[in-house]
Amino acid sequence: MTSLLFASLLTQPVGVAHYLVVGAVLFVCGALCMATKRNALGVLMGIELVLNGANLNFIAFGSRYLRNDIAAIGLDGQLMSLFVIVLAAAEAAVALAIALNFYNSFNTIDVDQADQLQG
Amino acid sequence: MDKLPTLLLVAWLLPLVSFAVICIGYSIPQLLGIRIRYGTQKYAAYIAIAAIGIGCILSMVALFGYWLPRNPLPAAEAHAAEPHNGATATGKSHFQFALLQVEEHERPALENSNAAPTYLYGDWYTLGQFGKLKITIGYYINTLTLLMFCVVTLIATCVHIYSVGYMHDELHDFSDHEARLENGQPLHRRGRFHRFFQYLSLFSFSMLGICIAGNLAMVFVFWELVGICSYFLIGFYIERHSASTAGNKAFIVNRIGDFGMLIGLMVIWTTLGTFSFGDTVDAKGHVVEQGIFSQLREPTRNYELAPADGMIAFEARSKIAEVVRNGGDQAAVNNLIAQLRADTKAHWGYWTLLIAGVGIFCGCVGKSAQFPLHVWLPDAMEGPTPVSALVHSATMVAAGVFLVGRVYPIFSPEALLVIAIIGCITLFLAATIAITAVDIKRVLAYSTVSQLGYMMLALGLGGWVAGLFHLITHAFFKGLLFLCSGSVIHAVHTNDMRQMGGLRHKMPVTAYTMLAGCLAIAGIGIPFWFGFSGFHSKDLIIEQALNFSRANGNHWYMQLFIDLPLAAAAFTSFYMFRLWYMTFAGKPRDHHRYDHAHESPRSMAWVLVFMSVFAVGAGWSLGKLGPGVLANFGVESLLEQARPVGILGDKTGALLSDLKIPDEHAGHADAIKYPAGWSAIFVALAGVAGATVVYLWELVSAASLRRWLNLLYHATWNKWWFDEIYDFVFVRPTLAISWFIARILDRGIIDSILHAFAWIYRGLAAIVAVVGDRWVIDNLVDTFAEKTWDTALAMRSIQTGRLRQYVMFIVIGTIVLFLFASLWWRYAVAG
Repeated sequence: MTSLLFASLLTQPVGVAHYLVVGAVLFVCGALCMATKRNALGVLMGIELVLNGANLNFIAFGSRYLRNDIAAIGLDGQLMSLFVIVLAAAEAAVALAIALNFYNSFNTIDVDQADQLQG
Repeated sequence: MDKLPTLLLVAWLLPLVSFAVICIGYSIPQLLGIRIRYGTQKYAAYIAIAAIGIGCILSMVALFGYWLPRNPLPAAEAHAAEPHNGATATGKSHFQFALLQVEEHERPALENSNAAPTYLYGDWYTLGQFGKLKITIGYYINTLTLLMFCVVTLIATCVHIYSVGYMHDELHDFSDHEARLENGQPLHRRGRFHRFFQYLSLFSFSMLGICIAGNLAMVFVFWELVGICSYFLIGFYIERHSASTAGNKAFIVNRIGDFGMLIGLMVIWTTLGTFSFGDTVDAKGHVVEQGIFSQLREPTRNYELAPADGMIAFEARSKIAEVVRNGGDQAAVNNLIAQLRADTKAHWGYWTLLIAGVGIFCGCVGKSAQFPLHVWLPDAMEGPTPVSALVHSATMVAAGVFLVGRVYPIFSPEALLVIAIIGCITLFLAATIAITAVDIKRVLAYSTVSQLGYMMLALGLGGWVAGLFHLITHAFFKGLLFLCSGSVIHAVHTNDMRQMGGLRHKMPVTAYTMLAGCLAIAGIGIPFWFGFSGFHSKDLIIEQALNFSRANGNHWYMQLFIDLPLAAAAFTSFYMFRLWYMTFAGKPRDHHRYDHAHESPRSMAWVLVFMSVFAVGAGWSLGKLGPGVLANFGVESLLEQARPVGILGDKTGALLSDLKIPDEHAGHADAIKYPAGWSAIFVALAGVAGATVVYLWELVSAASLRRWLNLLYHATWNKWWFDEIYDFVFVRPTLAISWFIARILDRGIIDSILHAFAWIYRGLAAIVAVVGDRWVIDNLVDTFAEKTWDTALAMRSIQTGRLRQYVMFIVIGTIVLFLFASLWWRYAVAG
C-alpha cells in the first residue's frame, strides 16, 4: 500500500503532493534535529528547518499553478510565508541573545545544562 | 400714618441691633478664646444705651408727634359726669380707620357698650402659613401700645444708665465671695460687663415685641423670649448656686403657666381660626378677615361678648355631625348654630369662652407672679439689682398684666372673676409676707407681687383703666425703689436691713428719692385732688373694688374684694415705711458697714432723681392745671382712649347669673368715690403711723409684737410655707417618681431585658462562630488549598527543564492532534 503510494507519486506530474512530501521531510528533519542536538545553535537550526517546511506547505497550497486556478492571484500563501520568515528572524535574534547570555553565565551552550526552570 | 408703624418698628428693632452687635463684637470672640480688654468692654454699655435711648425718643415722637395731634384725648373729667357714653369717650378722631367710617351708618345705637378704640393693624412679615393658620410678625398699635413703648423704653434707658455705675465691678477681674470653690476660696473670674448689657438689650427688644405684637402667636414668641432673658439675667452670677437655681426656678415655674396659655391659644385657634387682634381690611375698607376681638364682640351685637360660631360649633360638634350625617348642608349647620345661640338657658359656647380666657390668664399668672405661681419672683432677686428694677418690677412682670389688658375683650365675667380671685389672694398673701422679710430686695419683691395682685384684681373686677393705670405708675415707682435699694446695697454690700440704719446721713439722695417712692407706693395724697402717682391709681382700684362689692352685695363673700385690698393697702404702707426706717432712719446698727457707706456715683444718683420725678408725677392729669396743648394729657386719659372694645357698661355672667361686673365709670359716682377715697387714704396713713410707732419711735418693740403674734409671725416669716408645700407636694414626688423610673424601670427592668437579649445574641454568635465559620467554611477553604497543593506537586515532575524533552512533547502532541483531527474528520464529519 505504501509502496503503491510512492509509486504513484513518481509516475504522476509534479503537484501539491510532491511539495507536501518535501515539506514533511523538512519538518521531520527539523524536529529530529531539535530533539537530538544538545548544542543550542543546532536546536535553532532545527527550528529553521521546521519553519521552512511549513513555509513550503503555505506556498504549495497558495500557488495558482498548482491549484489549476489561473484566475486567482495566488499571493496569500507567499504572504503567509513572508510573515513566518520575518517572525523566524525575530525569534532567531532573541534566541541567539539568550544563548549568548547563557554562555556568559555557564560557559556552555548545552541545552541539557539549561534546566534551572525545572519544577 | 404709615410712618407710625415704621417709627415703632425702628424703636423696637434698635435694641435687637445692639444685642447683635454686642454678641458678634464681644461674646462670640470671647467664646473663641479672645480676651477682650475692659476698656473695650465699656463701649458695649454705650451701644446699648444709645439703642434704647433712641428707641425712647422715637416712642415719644410717635406718641406726641403723630398720635396725639391726630387723636385728641377726651377730657379727663368728661366720662365721670356721664357714665354710659362709651362711644364718645373713646373719641371720634380726625383720622379713623376706613373700616370704622364704612360701618358708621350700620352701627346700632350704643347704649351699654363702647366701640373699638382707634387702632392700626397690619403685618410686616409672614413667618409661615400652614393651611388656614398664618403666623406673622405684625403690629397692633393703639394708645396702649404707644404708652407701653414710652414707659418701657424710658425705664429701660434709666436702668441702662444706672447699670453702668452699678456693674463697674465687672470691669475688672472679679472675685465672687458668694461663690466658693471647693477649697473655700472665693471664685476669681474675668468681669463680663458686656454680657450684662447684651441681655438687657435683648430683654428690652422682647418686651417691646410683646407690646407691639399684632397677634397672639407673636405675643407668645416674645413672651418666651422675655422668659429666657429673665433666666439669663437672674442667673447672671451663674457660679453662685443660689443664682443658678433661682434662674431655673423662674424658668420652670413660668413653663407651668405657659402650658395653660398654650391651651388657651389652642382653644382660640380651633374655635376662631385666627390669632390676630385687629381686623384685616382691603383697599376699599371692607373687612376681609375678622380678628379675635371683632369675632367675639360683633358690632351687630352691640359689642357685647358672645361666643363665636366656632365655639358653639365646637361644643355642639356631635349635633352638627348628626345634621351632616342626615344630609344637611352648610346652611343647615348654620341654622343649627343660630338655634343653639338663641337657646339662652343652655349657654352654648360659654364654657369654651371661659377656658380660652382662663387659659391665657394662666400664662399671665406665671409671668406676673400671681398666686399660686408667685414663688419664683422673690428668688429672682438673686440677679443684679438693675435687673430686678427692669425685669422684675417694671417690665417683665408687667407683661402678664399687659396681656390681660390687651386681650381683655375675650374675658367673660366668669373668667374675670377668676382673675379677681387670684389677684385678691395674691395681693393679700404677698403683703403679709413682705411685713416680716428682712432682705431689702425681698421686701420689694413681695411688694411687687402684691401690687401685681392689685392690678389683676382691678382688671378682674372690671376696672380696666384702673388696673393698667396702676401698672404704669407702679412701673415708675417700683423701678425707682429697686434702683434705690441697689444704691444702698452698692454702698453697704449687704441686703440685710438689720445691718443698716441711719444711712440717710451718708446717702441723702438715695434716702429722699426712696422716700418719694415709698410715699408713691403707699398711695399718699390729698384726697380727691392731688397726690403721689400711686395715690391716683390705687384710688381707682379701691373705687372699682367698692363698686363691685356693692353691685354684688347679695353675697357676703363679695365683701372680701374690698376688705382684703384695704387691709393689704395698710400693710403696704406699713412694710414700705418699715423698710425706709430700718434702712435710713434711726441709729446705725452695724458701724463697720455704716462707716464704709457712701453716696452712689453721680450717674446713678441722677437716674434716681429723674425716676423720682416720674414716681411722683406719673399719675397727674394735666387737665387739672388748665387748658393748653396737652390740656387733657395724663396716663388716665390716655388709657381711657385705649379702652378695648365693648367693655363699658354693666356685665352679667352667663354661667353665674348672680355675677355682675359693674361699669367702671359708675365707680366715679359720689356715692362710691367718697367712701372709697377716704378709706384708702385712712388705711394708708394708718400703715405709715403703725410703722412710725414701731420702727421710728419704737414705742412698741418689734420683738414683743413678734411674741404676741407668734403663729402669724412664723407663717409670714416662712412665706406661708409655699416653698415647703411645693417641695413636698410637687418636687419630692417628682423626684421620687424619677428615682423609681431611673432605678427600677430603666436600670432594673429595661436594662435587664437588654442584657438578656445581649446574652442570647452572644450565645448564638458563639454557635455560629464554632459550627458555621470554623467548621464548615474553614474546612472548605482548607480542603481546596490542600488539593491545589497536591495537584501542583504532581504536576511539578513534568516540568523537567530539559529542552529536548519539551520538543519531544511538542512532536508527540502534534502527532496526537493530527491523528485525532484525521480520525474525527474521517468518522465524525465526513462519514
